[in-house]
Amino acid sequence: MSIGNVLGNDKRGRIELGAEKKVGWDEVTHGVVLHSFEDDATDVSSRKAEDRNYAQFSSYVATVASWRVIKPVYNRDICIDCQNCWIYCPDTSIISRDKQMLGIDYDHCKGCGVCVEVCPTNPKSLLMFAEAHNPEDALASWPEKKKKEEK
Amino acid sequence: MAITSIKNLKEFSTANDRFEGAHLLCPGCAHSMIVRELMNCTDDNLVIATNTGCLEVSTAVYPYTSWDTSWIHIGFENAATAASGAEAMYKARKRKGTLKNPDAPVKFVAFGGDGSTYDIGFQWLSGAVERGHDFTYICLDNEVYANTGGQRSSSTPIGASSTTAPAGRVSYGKKENKKDMMAIMAANGAHYVAQVAPNKWKNMAQAFQKALATEGPCYINAISACTTEWKFDAKDTIHISDLATDSLVFPLYEIVGGHELNITYRPKNIIPVCDYLGAQGRFRHLFKPENEHVLVEWQKRVDANWERLQRREEARV
Ligand SMILES: Cc1ncc(C[n+]2csc(CCOP(=O)(O)OP(=O)(O)O)c2C)c(N)n1
Ligand code: SF4
Ligand code: SF4
Ligand code: SF4
Ligand SMILES: [Mg+2]
Repeated sequence: MSIGNVLGNDKRGRIELGAEKKVGWDEVTHGVVLHSFEDDATDVSSRKAEDRNYAQFSSYVATVASWRVIKPVYNRDICIDCQNCWIYCPDTSIISRDKQMLGIDYDHCKGCGVCVEVCPTNPKSLLMFAEAHNPEDALASWPEKKKKEEK
Repeated sequence: MAITSIKNLKEFSTANDRFEGAHLLCPGCAHSMIVRELMNCTDDNLVIATNTGCLEVSTAVYPYTSWDTSWIHIGFENAATAASGAEAMYKARKRKGTLKNPDAPVKFVAFGGDGSTYDIGFQWLSGAVERGHDFTYICLDNEVYANTGGQRSSSTPIGASSTTAPAGRVSYGKKENKKDMMAIMAANGAHYVAQVAPNKWKNMAQAFQKALATEGPCYINAISACTTEWKFDAKDTIHISDLATDSLVFPLYEIVGGHELNITYRPKNIIPVCDYLGAQGRFRHLFKPENEHVLVEWQKRVDANWERLQRREEARV
């Protein structure tokens, strides 16, 4: 193959440096952008999850439920709505609305057990059970209040 | 609802979470407790830069993001660089009148691990603070390069076993003292500096709100108990953090304007440092008879530091 063929086929020398369209520092094209919402998100801090229009790129629409081997079960009868479980849950999986604890988001809960540890009631309002355990059975077998000396 | 002053936890729980679940951080990871709270303690728009580390690789795994705010992923050493660059651009565009929504309140925040903050991004953080950008840098301090399997950093404390300073027959683990980033950042010119821990949620929220409200560079050292590298059960993250703050291994204090030091939490019952160390696998070897001197040194060092902080607070200089 001659040198002329090689040079004829490649694209070297086509663009003169400095002749490209210049863009300003504030016009540079974005890299990869993942949008969390389908619509405008400027007021997202004033909207609850159920009032948001999550896009397919938000991890909100994904689940980590398969990570769990044990799960927390919630007993509303004992709960005092202190919100300890809400503040410490690392997986945004305690559903609280209007200062009330409503339950657990089992799509996002990884079963770490932090919420059970920080629950102050006696007996606890959250307890860990095997993932396959039936919640009604769990509630039916809830422990009694512990006396001081047994604690 | 607008979160301006957080009176109690019930009220705080009405905040609308902007850090979504189904991120891939370990069960019980304190990083997410800290990040969630930062995002819950303000209603302002946030521009957050996060460099490589557990937080970044676990919250933006294509095609998912866990962030409901503007969020930038950048290389290991550059959380401060990205946040300060975005802040400078925002100011310039505001001046030029090219912002779509110039009146919307916006805050610039950078998250980095201790590996990136104390070591590899140190120079860039120092530069951003020196240039005086209006941003808050939050170090998620788990005292180890967790994301790459537990190498020691200059934040790793004496006696901790890590993969690059392991404990064994001839060594009790890391021999060098943890770097004092609080003092360094205050001396570097950060307008507000605070050490916080997620178990003391109100203290932490107050520090976050102060930092966000302060004009100029702020630095927050957030203690982030790591179930994987500190080696404790995932359910015990808050318990371990309680031991850390109540043994004064992690005293909670702030430094305002480079010199005014205030202790922001005084434990009612100060517990022995051994209670904290003994609860974690990374310090287990220290309880062998030949390493007793390390435990004695630990308690002395923590006592001396507490004494030093109290004197600094009293002296008001
Ligand atoms: C310049 C550079 N060096 C090394 C790495 C590899 N690396 C990725 S994450 C990481 C550890 C991060 O440790 P730290 O900053 O403490 O964050 P953590 O994961 O502990 O939260 C390392 C060394 C990298 N991505 N870039
Ligand atoms: S087990 Fe862990 S992830 Fe699940 S709700 Fe409780 S604190 Fe949250
Ligand atoms: S920690 Fe326990 S008592 Fe408090 S809100 Fe949660 S479940 Fe209810
Ligand atoms: S290794 Fe540690 S810091 Fe990293 S995700 Fe797991 S618990 Fe969190
Ligand atoms: Mg780290």
